[in-house]
Amino acid sequence: MLAVRNLSISFRMYSAGLRQHEITPITGLDLEVRAGELVGIVGASGSGKSLLAHAILGILPANARTAGEIYFKETLLTPDRQKRLRGKEIALIPQSVGFLDPLMRVGQQVRRAAYLSGANGSAEAAQRQVFRRYGLRDEDAERYPFQVSGGMARRVLVSTAAVGQAALIIADEPTPGLHPAVVAETLGHLRQLADEGRAVLLITHDIGAALTVADRIAVFYAGTTVEVAPAADFQAGGQALRHPYTQALWRALPQNQFVPIAGSQPPPDQLPAGCLFAPRCPHVSAACRAARPELRLIRGGWVRCIHVEG
Amino acid sequence: MSDMSLPAPVHRLATPFSNRRRQTLWAIGLSLSFLALIVVLGQRLDPAGLDTNLQARNQAPTWQHPFGTDWLGRDMLTRTLRGLTISLAVGVIASALSACIGLLIGLASATLGGWVDTVITWVIDMFLSLPHLVALILIAFVFGGGLTGVIASVALTHWTGLARLIRAEVLQLKTANYVQLSERLGRSRIWIARHHLLPHLIPQFVVGLLLLFPHAILHEAGITFIGIGLSPHQPAVGIILSESMRHLSTGYWWLAALPGLSLLVMVKSFDALGENLRALLDPKTSQE
Amino acid sequence: MLKAEGLSFRYTPNSGWVFQNITFELRPGEIVGLSGPSGCGKTTLGKVLAGYISPTKGRLSLDDRPLPRRGYCPVQLIFQHPELAINTRWRMSQVLEESFSPPLDLLRALGIENGWLKRWPHELSGGELQRFAVARALAPGTRYLIADEITTMLDAITQAQIWQVILEQARRRNLGVLVISHEAPLLERVCGRVIELKQ
Repeated sequence: MLAVRNLSISFRMYSAGLRQHEITPITGLDLEVRAGELVGIVGASGSGKSLLAHAILGILPANARTAGEIYFKETLLTPDRQKRLRGKEIALIPQSVGFLDPLMRVGQQVRRAAYLSGANGSAEAAQRQVFRRYGLRDEDAERYPFQVSGGMARRVLVSTAAVGQAALIIADEPTPGLHPAVVAETLGHLRQLADEGRAVLLITHDIGAALTVADRIAVFYAGTTVEVAPAADFQAGGQALRHPYTQALWRALPQNQFVPIAGSQPPPDQLPAGCLFAPRCPHVSAACRAARPELRLIRGGWVRCIHVEG
Repeated sequence: MSDMSLPAPVHRLATPFSNRRRQTLWAIGLSLSFLALIVVLGQRLDPAGLDTNLQARNQAPTWQHPFGTDWLGRDMLTRTLRGLTISLAVGVIASALSACIGLLIGLASATLGGWVDTVITWVIDMFLSLPHLVALILIAFVFGGGLTGVIASVALTHWTGLARLIRAEVLQLKTANYVQLSERLGRSRIWIARHHLLPHLIPQFVVGLLLLFPHAILHEAGITFIGIGLSPHQPAVGIILSESMRHLSTGYWWLAALPGLSLLVMVKSFDALGENLRALLDPKTSQE
Repeated sequence: MLKAEGLSFRYTPNSGWVFQNITFELRPGEIVGLSGPSGCGKTTLGKVLAGYISPTKGRLSLDDRPLPRRGYCPVQLIFQHPELAINTRWRMSQVLEESFSPPLDLLRALGIENGWLKRWPHELSGGELQRFAVARALAPGTRYLIADEITTMLDAITQAQIWQVILEQARRRNLGVLVISHEAPLLERVCGRVIELKQ
């Protein structure tokens, strides 16, 4: 459904006065999402998770430049095609109701999404149906975004994406700081959308949440994919995981050892020449510092590390 | 996913990055030099052009008189440049006064709050609901017309927009987490005003001031045109335009068209100056 | 000891209570969790405890005296969204110095790199900004910390880094810490006891 190949994104910035320099927050990013699959993307803030979503939707700022390829339904995603597909075949579930039009009733916004995405039958019928599906009452449609809170807001946001025929749904941090019950409910809705045959991309910093519903987890670090692993490998514990960063992430969870590794993710203008994780890696060698490792298929998962053996 | 027959990679922006900041600085430089040119030429041009020369009456534009001459044979280019210089001076004084009034009233409204805020908001709303020109004429009349009348009327009617902007900005800053936190870190109110508020307010003030110029100049020309502004002895643009009205129907188009056009270009330069400076100072657009 | 006795808060006399009748104690060196459903007033309670707003009813005291109105407040609040708690027109070094000049080992422990000090807030990620917000709250005058969902938006490694620093400082300086969070595993890991708020 969606394939990202060797994507990089650069921004032109002004350093002082008229001098410009280029920073590249995303380099060599690869990802694949199949129909009926829910892929979780996890990583620190600044690892390029949201930028990837913006690149797929074609809403990067004006000073951005991309290289590499994004394929949607096996056809190259060009800016023209992005404009055509956005909101129809590719839908976004945003972080909060702050992304909705504050002056439009939520029912109307869902109907508008239905109309734009070419839902079957009338937009109003589609909205009523999707509201019933997510346990929202008909009178909830008459509320304005500021009048919905917590769990109801989540349901409305999921409705805007589920009402149409979108084949790819991108959820960008859909559960920030919510109560565990609401998080579980929202994630359950995403799982259902995948089970209907859609491709779902769940972008989150919360591994624990992603693990409960995802088929596969892609781990981003400093703008690159370091590992793509079946969710089962995380449940099995640290040793089934391939990349040292993924293992460190696993160990740092409060339900595991809660032990961090030192240092921080390198900023996009100070990327190391070799492996991006080399400065913090316990297994680092001269070969790691010399060149960026390629993605390799090891034990049914992809990993960007030269030390892992099958 | 088939790996055959894949098209070439996408490059969203095929053209190299345009240096938007360079374009912005060029626009600012160009506007500034155009305005400087008007002032310098207005001072330097031979004042003989202002004298009556009945041999050269009503001449269409020629190389010798690029803007033509009027019914008294005066060189229209000299008159226009003189007029623009006067308008510029009046505009600068009036909008500087107006911006200062706006800043003080906006600050008072946001920091004193209570009934002061209520009264100021009411006055601003009243000014905004009154047709601009009516307020201008009334105030100019009260001040007895002339130069003082023009400056006072423009200064007293144009502060509302900036005052509202400053008030909103200060109110927003006052509730900002980092301002409240600064207080909990033991910083005094004056320290907070100086270090937290000022860096946000100065750009607003400068841009607001620049964007006031075009309004001030146009309204100065407007009330002078009606006849309660500057005296007819001064070749202000408003005077030139109002005099030319009498001769338009007789086919002397250049008397109104060329000075009018010059006024427009000058006003647009100020506008460009303000807008480009705003784009540069705003962190949201400054990286474009 | 930070003591809340029957704290209640509402914005205007006509609006509903944001929270009502909250009583607890936070002793020096004690790490206490606070959890509850969204919208139960945890963030507002945090602001009351750190002296940002006054309670409508009830009494808040620090060692049997009210919080000081002026000067450095011994109860410091760390916000969930650091990008809102940092002036966008300041460089990061200025952000730290507004509070104090943190020792180098504290900056190292938080993973703050030297190069970041010269940067503007919009050039850093949320996780990087939050490390600054934590460093800023750890000035010598601090005796209690209110941490309002401070690592909710962060990845596991950054979360563990920040909490290791806070726990270490709390141990060494005998700080009392109130951990506001939804995350049961985190509360279980860092807190001695957890207070549940009802709707």
